[in-house]
Amino acid sequence: MSLKDNPAMLRSIIMDHYEYPRNHSLTKDETYTSKHMASASCIDDIEVQLKMVDGKVEDIRFDGTACTIATSSTSIMSELLKGRSEEEVKMIMDQYFNMINGQEYDEEILQEAVAFCNVGRQANRIKCATIGWRAIAGLMGIKEYQDE
Amino acid sequence: MEYRKDFPMLNQEGKNFVYLDNSATTLKPSCVIDEVTRYLSTCSVNVHRGDYDLSYQVSQEYEAVRNTVARFINAASPKEIVYTHGTTEALNIIAYGMGGFLKEGDVILTDIAEHASSVLPWFRVAKEKGASIEYIPLDEQGRITVENFQKAMHLGVKYVCIAHVGNVLGYTAPIQEITTIAHNYDALVIVDGAQAIPHRKVDVQALDCDFYTFSAHKMCGPTGVGVLYGKAKYLSQMEPLMLGGGSNARFDACSNVLLKEAPYRFESGTPAIEGVLGMGKAIEYLEKVGMDYIQAKEEKLHNLAIQELSKLDNVILYNPKSDNGIVTFNIKDVFAQDSASFLSTKGVYCRSGNHCAKILVDHLGTPATVRASFYFYNTEEDVMRLVEVCKEANQETCLNIFF
Repeated sequence: MSLKDNPAMLRSIIMDHYEYPRNHSLTKDETYTSKHMASASCIDDIEVQLKMVDGKVEDIRFDGTACTIATSSTSIMSELLKGRSEEEVKMIMDQYFNMINGQEYDEEILQEAVAFCNVGRQANRIKCATIGWRAIAGLMGIKEYQDE
Repeated sequence: MEYRKDFPMLNQEGKNFVYLDNSATTLKPSCVIDEVTRYLSTCSVNVHRGDYDLSYQVSQEYEAVRNTVARFINAASPKEIVYTHGTTEALNIIAYGMGGFLKEGDVILTDIAEHASSVLPWFRVAKEKGASIEYIPLDEQGRITVENFQKAMHLGVKYVCIAHVGNVLGYTAPIQEITTIAHNYDALVIVDGAQAIPHRKVDVQALDCDFYTFSAHKMCGPTGVGVLYGKAKYLSQMEPLMLGGGSNARFDACSNVLLKEAPYRFESGTPAIEGVLGMGKAIEYLEKVGMDYIQAKEEKLHNLAIQELSKLDNVILYNPKSDNGIVTFNIKDVFAQDSASFLSTKGVYCRSGNHCAKILVDHLGTPATVRASFYFYNTEEDVMRLVEVCKEANQETCLNIFF
């Protein structure tokens, strides 16, 4: 059985990343770029930081007030993208947004991020599942996925 | 029960939801919908301009709503009623207009539980004028008390800006006592009445406030229209926030502008005519239902909700003593937005939010809450459905909606 067909497993992944979010503290290190994500239509209010070294993601950090979906999706993303080149980040993002938008995607590439495969069932929560991803897109200049 | 038949939203076949987001906006009765439709389908011409009978007739109807509003809030004159796009615009008009009289060092007194629309316009004005904002301390429950207000008041305060009923916890501020004290210091009182006027009798002369603002859509009326009430002597002094057609009597190429008298000087551009007509019908409808009935019904629903929700171990209540139909709560160990999403999948429509971050953090110890807000068309069954759904809510069930 694939991970995405195992709701109990997916739920425990989300809970684990919500209760123990990874990379969940901000740094004052000025070699990081930083993006504040908040909107009037949502409670989520987070700061995301990115450090690139030699064209690769060296570190991603975040903190703030956010719901289960926003916190856990950003936590999972921060682990998934570490060590990746810009091309790899773009490729993973394509897969993630394909999944969120109900299109075909590669489960292998997304790993734990498949926990959000059905988030589109609650249309108003898509923004929660993509808030951290959109922040990184903004910081890396990936136009398709950054906010206006 | 008998009023539910007046609301088409509540009588749709196959739609079985419980609407508990009345602090955000209310449902519309048929009489309001019919009035808007009547204007759009039989007399949708402009007001104040046309030289034909239909325009004259619509202008008369449009102006007559000023009398309806004045009667509803017991204003001294319909000239004290300015139509706006809603509470937010009304509060901006006041901040801009009255802000013009501020001097460096003057103080605007408000409190940390205020809605953004009430304080943000003043932040800007204060910055421009070198004035400062001070806050009335709230008591442990999050209320404004006469005692605390008296302590916060001093001769530097020019304007006091507060909500009649708070949008987070639903507490009623003692406006009448506040205006008496403020006037002793020559300060004016500006009241955000958005959460109060749909639910109780408001008499602006008895309150003696200098300004009172509200939105039609929170009281069964259309969106995009609201009211700024101001005492005539202040309205006549204020510069309008917006200029344009409708607010000026004459202007010439040398930039000389002669503004109309209040309320027209504040009403530039073609107004929301169907909105104003619909608001008139909404007020007539509420008068027919009776403001005392509305207040009593909401109190009953609120008390039932508190009584039943406080029996549940998984529910944290933040304002059990609220004197309005607003219940602010959380499900234990579940983030507010996740709880509200769960409730919505069960057909119970509430709202989650950090309605005002600072008050929640300081007084409630949580960054976000769920808010259920009642109106007179809600029933005890609605309340019990909220209670039943809350019973089922926990970390696991709230996450299951995603699988």
